[in-house]
Amino acid sequence: MAPSGRVGYNRLEENIMKLAMKRALLATCAVAYATFALAQDIRIGTSSEPTSMDPHFHNLTPNNQIMAHIFEPLISMDAKQTIRPGLAESWKVIDDTTWEFKLRAGVKFHDGSDFGVDDVIATWARAPEVPKSPSNFSAYIRGKTIEKVDDLTFRIKTAGPEPLMLNHLAQFGIISRKNKDMTTEDYNSGKAASGTGPFKFSEYVAGDRVVLTRNDTHWGGKPTWGKVTFKSIKSDPTRVAALLSGDVDVIENVPTADAQRIKKDARLTTASALSNRVIYFHLDRHRDTTPFIKGKDGADIKNPLYDLRVRQALSKALNRPAIVERVMEGEAEPASQFIPESYAGTSKNLKPTAYDLDGAKKLLAEAGLPNGFKITIHGPNGRYTNDAKILEAAGQMWARLGLDVSVEAIPAANFFSRASTGGAGGVPEFSLFLVGWSAGTGEPSDSVKALTTTFDRSKGTGSANRGRYSNPKVDELLLAAIRTVDNAKRNAMLAEATEIAMNDVAIIPIHYPLNTWAAKKEFTITPRSDEYTLATSFGRK
Amino acid sequence: MLAFILRRAGQGLLVILAMVVIVFFGVNVVGDPVWILVSPDMTQDQIAEVSRSLGLDRPIWEQFFHFVGGILQGDLGRSFVHGTPAIRLILDRMPATIELALVALFLAVILGIPLGLFAGLKPDHPLSRGVMAVSILGFSLPTFWVGLMLIMVFAVMLGWLPATGRGDLGSFFGITTSLVTLDGWSHILMPAFNLALLKISLVIRLARAGTREVSLQDYIKFARAKGLSRSRIIGVHVLKNILIPIVTVLGLEFGSLVAFSVVTETIFAWPGMGKLLLEAIQRLDRPVIVAYVIIVVVLFVVINLIVDILYSLLDPRVRLSGAPA
Repeated sequence: MAPSGRVGYNRLEENIMKLAMKRALLATCAVAYATFALAQDIRIGTSSEPTSMDPHFHNLTPNNQIMAHIFEPLISMDAKQTIRPGLAESWKVIDDTTWEFKLRAGVKFHDGSDFGVDDVIATWARAPEVPKSPSNFSAYIRGKTIEKVDDLTFRIKTAGPEPLMLNHLAQFGIISRKNKDMTTEDYNSGKAASGTGPFKFSEYVAGDRVVLTRNDTHWGGKPTWGKVTFKSIKSDPTRVAALLSGDVDVIENVPTADAQRIKKDARLTTASALSNRVIYFHLDRHRDTTPFIKGKDGADIKNPLYDLRVRQALSKALNRPAIVERVMEGEAEPASQFIPESYAGTSKNLKPTAYDLDGAKKLLAEAGLPNGFKITIHGPNGRYTNDAKILEAAGQMWARLGLDVSVEAIPAANFFSRASTGGAGGVPEFSLFLVGWSAGTGEPSDSVKALTTTFDRSKGTGSANRGRYSNPKVDELLLAAIRTVDNAKRNAMLAEATEIAMNDVAIIPIHYPLNTWAAKKEFTITPRSDEYTLATSFGRK
Repeated sequence: MLAFILRRAGQGLLVILAMVVIVFFGVNVVGDPVWILVSPDMTQDQIAEVSRSLGLDRPIWEQFFHFVGGILQGDLGRSFVHGTPAIRLILDRMPATIELALVALFLAVILGIPLGLFAGLKPDHPLSRGVMAVSILGFSLPTFWVGLMLIMVFAVMLGWLPATGRGDLGSFFGITTSLVTLDGWSHILMPAFNLALLKISLVIRLARAGTREVSLQDYIKFARAKGLSRSRIIGVHVLKNILIPIVTVLGLEFGSLVAFSVVTETIFAWPGMGKLLLEAIQRLDRPVIVAYVIIVVVLFVVINLIVDILYSLLDPRVRLSGAPA
């Protein structure tokens, strides 16, 4: 059930908005007055705030997106996460374990010093070793040895083939060799904030804003914006109000409740991109009796999620288009696999499972459970867009299948701890639970590896496999794929692994959310699939 | 007097100790922060490494003694999320919150006392009834809703005030504050009013009740019989006597304004410590939560002390002594 308080609140807000529309003329005058600012400035309202100005302290999107303006990576990814040259101008594969990179010549840091291979080496030393880092960049750097050839050429050697080399090198920014030993505090204060990027660090007020100014001598040409201000406005209605009132020019993460209305507002423009994130259900595949599934009489039963037919029934009973239309208000697309089909390495054969309640009931009966069972489903509250509402909707759909469903949405801080190690003996606690996963590399190898390969600490596989699904064929294909340098071959293997996992219902994908940005109508927006909000994605008409 | 202050300080330390224990273990019950901190695509070994570097892999008792050891050396620990000392994170954002609370308190006093006084002196006047009705609304409307309405009306529809954030900062006798710039005032007005709404209503009710009670006292009748002017009777004799309960309550409420401005700060994106606390709780940033609690307890102890001293100045019958009350 949708909590009625929230609905009432929305309706009230809607009425106020209608009133606002009627007074559009007055409001437009007011906005025109309030937005008197230089045409070269852009103010961006963000839904989250960075935790640090140190590019290597915390591998977290709110940090990375701001750092990307100041510190550039060797490889850049465009709005669709396609590989593009960054600070590295060209590269070639010498042999299976050696890559050679050529750096862009004539690039200068903000402090005027020249950029060269020594800066890359300094980054190599610093990025994986920042003290007290809650999540650093070691995953992308360790195991890659760097060798200087000349001032603008270097080689990277790896123990085995590393086909995702370029994707990894796109994840972290390069610092100046002068600032190799600077602390996180030095970066926060701006003392060490000298990169090669299109914008220079100007001001960081923790919890409030980050101000950047144009780097006139950027190698990619003079950036559009003279001054960029990121204002963190966490509360959704406030962020929308800040855009409407002209406090900011652009906002990220347009709340789904307001998206349709903002799209109709003649003073504003919006743009969306399908994100690289999938929202899905994970299923317990490691306990013979799972704690949150009981018979209807309350007695323990054998874990029904072991049975493929039960898993298929659960997937078929989910009305994905309804979730997309009603809960996500159109701001999503039904999902069939780990990332949207437009990405490399995805299967073109998989389609979102169609809603088929009768078919689902039949499968459940075939599995020997015609009367269903009692189940508690879990999910985080406030981690993903509308997560608790999606969970409620899924609960209702499964109730129609004949299950006794209880729904528990838990604050994220508590949820992820329990979902990872909350069960007896430190295993994942829940039986059937909602999670999200985004593919930062722009292809599915990390998704397949983390979510559906066998949980094995020594190999580092299945690190986020909280259902402990294990299928030797998936393991084999994935391990082979991540050692295959040939793109076409690797992508075919990943697509095959994806198909096997999905046909086996290792996870139940629900939808891919849309990322939506909104701006005043005189701005242009290039939406990005990686959820990054970059000043360079916006322009002026 | 000195004995009194020392006794209070001792009690304060005990409260701090109790709170630290409760909060430290309480946060631990919520979950293991490592799962909120790490990037989801990290491998098991990398996650274990983070856990080790933050000391989260050790038993909770050991973590607690380590933490207490740090406190004794004046170190409240570093934020898991920001990597900087927790106490500095909070102190950096404290001026913004104190500023907001002071303006809210100021609004409560300059709006609440005159209105309450008026309502007490002329209880049957239609305006008084209006004031009392509005004060009920002030009590009962949820802060976040009023905040959004303020933004909708004054920022979106009328465009008079900015919707979010803190304005330009200026310097005043070495104190950096937004209260010395026009831009600063335009930013603080709405959040301060939102935060003050409940307090304004409270002061109106206290002032009204006090006025009605005091007006019937013999000394007021005597003053009137003596032929004192009406303005002197109200301005001095009534006002001074109704101030005693108001000062007590406002003193305590100031503490709560500073400590619990979480909702207002989040709605108005005000970069104060309330917003920091909310995020620290969402991310299980234990050092920040614990440091916040310590600061708030100290704040309350100090405010209580000041209230007691002010009280004795306003009412000569009250004497401070070292003996338990």
